[in-house]
Amino acid sequence: MNSHFTTARELLALCAARHRSIADIAIAREIEESGETESAILARMLRYYERMRDSVREGLAIDRPSPSGLSGGDARRLLVYAESGAALLGEAFGRVIAYGCAVLETNAAFGRIVATPTAGSAGVVPACLLSLQETRGLSDEQASRALFTAGGVGHIIGANACFSGARGGCQAEVGSASSMAAAAIVEAVGGSPESAIHAAAFALMNTLGMVCDPVGGYVEVPCVSRNGMFAAHSFLAANMALAGMRCLIPFDEVVSAMRDIGRRMPPALKETAEAGLAATPTGLRFRPAPFHSSESPP
Amino acid sequence: MSSVFQIIGPPMVGPSSSHTAGAVRIGLLARALLGETPTRAAIGLHGSFAATGRGHGTDRGLIAGLLGWNTDDERIKDAPERAKQAGLEVVFRAVDLGENVHPNSVQMDLAGADGDGIALVASSIGGGNVEVARLDGFETRLTGALDTLAVWHMDRPGFLAQLTAVLAGVAINIATLRTARAHRGAEALTVVETDAAPCAEAIALFRKMEHTRKVRVVPRFV
Repeated sequence: MNSHFTTARELLALCAARHRSIADIAIAREIEESGETESAILARMLRYYERMRDSVREGLAIDRPSPSGLSGGDARRLLVYAESGAALLGEAFGRVIAYGCAVLETNAAFGRIVATPTAGSAGVVPACLLSLQETRGLSDEQASRALFTAGGVGHIIGANACFSGARGGCQAEVGSASSMAAAAIVEAVGGSPESAIHAAAFALMNTLGMVCDPVGGYVEVPCVSRNGMFAAHSFLAANMALAGMRCLIPFDEVVSAMRDIGRRMPPALKETAEAGLAATPTGLRFRPAPFHSSESPP
Repeated sequence: MSSVFQIIGPPMVGPSSSHTAGAVRIGLLARALLGETPTRAAIGLHGSFAATGRGHGTDRGLIAGLLGWNTDDERIKDAPERAKQAGLEVVFRAVDLGENVHPNSVQMDLAGADGDGIALVASSIGGGNVEVARLDGFETRLTGALDTLAVWHMDRPGFLAQLTAVLAGVAINIATLRTARAHRGAEALTVVETDAAPCAEAIALFRKMEHTRKVRVVPRFV
């Protein structure tokens, strides 16, 4: 039994041949690669999920600025608004935005998070799964199982493109996270593997070209708001796929396009804080102090 | 990527998987390759590490790894002060390693208590995943995703046969094996990634082999 895959085409073939979900195949692959037992692997993922939830809760409680002063307190504001009864599109929509931002606020405060797939995109997947627990009654076990769906999609992106903002821009970070989250949502609510992959394709397709131009080089602006935004975006993509919409460009080709765009993207827009938002008059006020060619101990 | 936990994970202290957690892991690999807590570290930061590393705590992460702390250790932000207490002297500077090197890269020269040292170039390739691309002048690839054995030795006929025979004897499977040498018959470095950690018995046998200079075991990241 070999559960190896590096493309969505291979993954879907495995799902079809075994009548199993993407999460099941990702778990089988992990058992084969690591030599660990299924229960050990599931327990580890559950621990990671609990850490993710802690990172949301911690962020929602933040009421002071981050060490850089660029963020802090917005997740809390978003939660208050979500619960106010006036929230646009309802409380659940407001909450998913708050949760996505919360993780990045925890991150900016040097708190503990789980990189999913990176720290700068760590809010997207947890926000979606936590929201599904509240709106669809998912158990912790079901939510952590959905992380394997996310991981399966992540394998394909990692094998054929990358997750590095410095190499691929924000499309590689938040784009990947949103793609993973969209697939996880679809499987978690009972959608088919094909449907999950279409959701992943819609999410990634609509983040192509997104640059990494963080103000001051800090993982805060636009990263905090972007994690809230793209948590919601993952639900949009899942919604399309669950409704039966099919992405014209197959997921594997969208991933190739992401890699190609990342390669062509100028380095000034790939995490170096030299252009874009980082180089606006306001952004320049927070310009990072680089290391110099001779530097004393910090 | 061999594990789903390279994508979902690592659990870490913020703010950046590449600039903070990746830095910790590069420090951990460097520490394992040196075989002890260094007493001196001269660290060159390249590209984005030099440009934006300060705000991301890249310096703190590298030091934390050299001290043997993991990516989710809440002491990371205090690492520079702890280094002084631990007798580790660190100097940072910006370096240009050229266009073909990953933008998140670091050059490290480490010295241990007995004067032994290593030099390496490592990159943080995204999501907290890292790789050592150069070790003591040898091209290599060492990621910490699997248990890894690094053997400095002389380039002699049969050396690799002996090395792999020891692993076969203790039923440890080789995932990858890479040898680089300075030139024919000269010093060489072999890096072996295995599916299980080599036992003490095997390590003792590696050390006894006639042409072995040095052996280091790098545990897989947890």
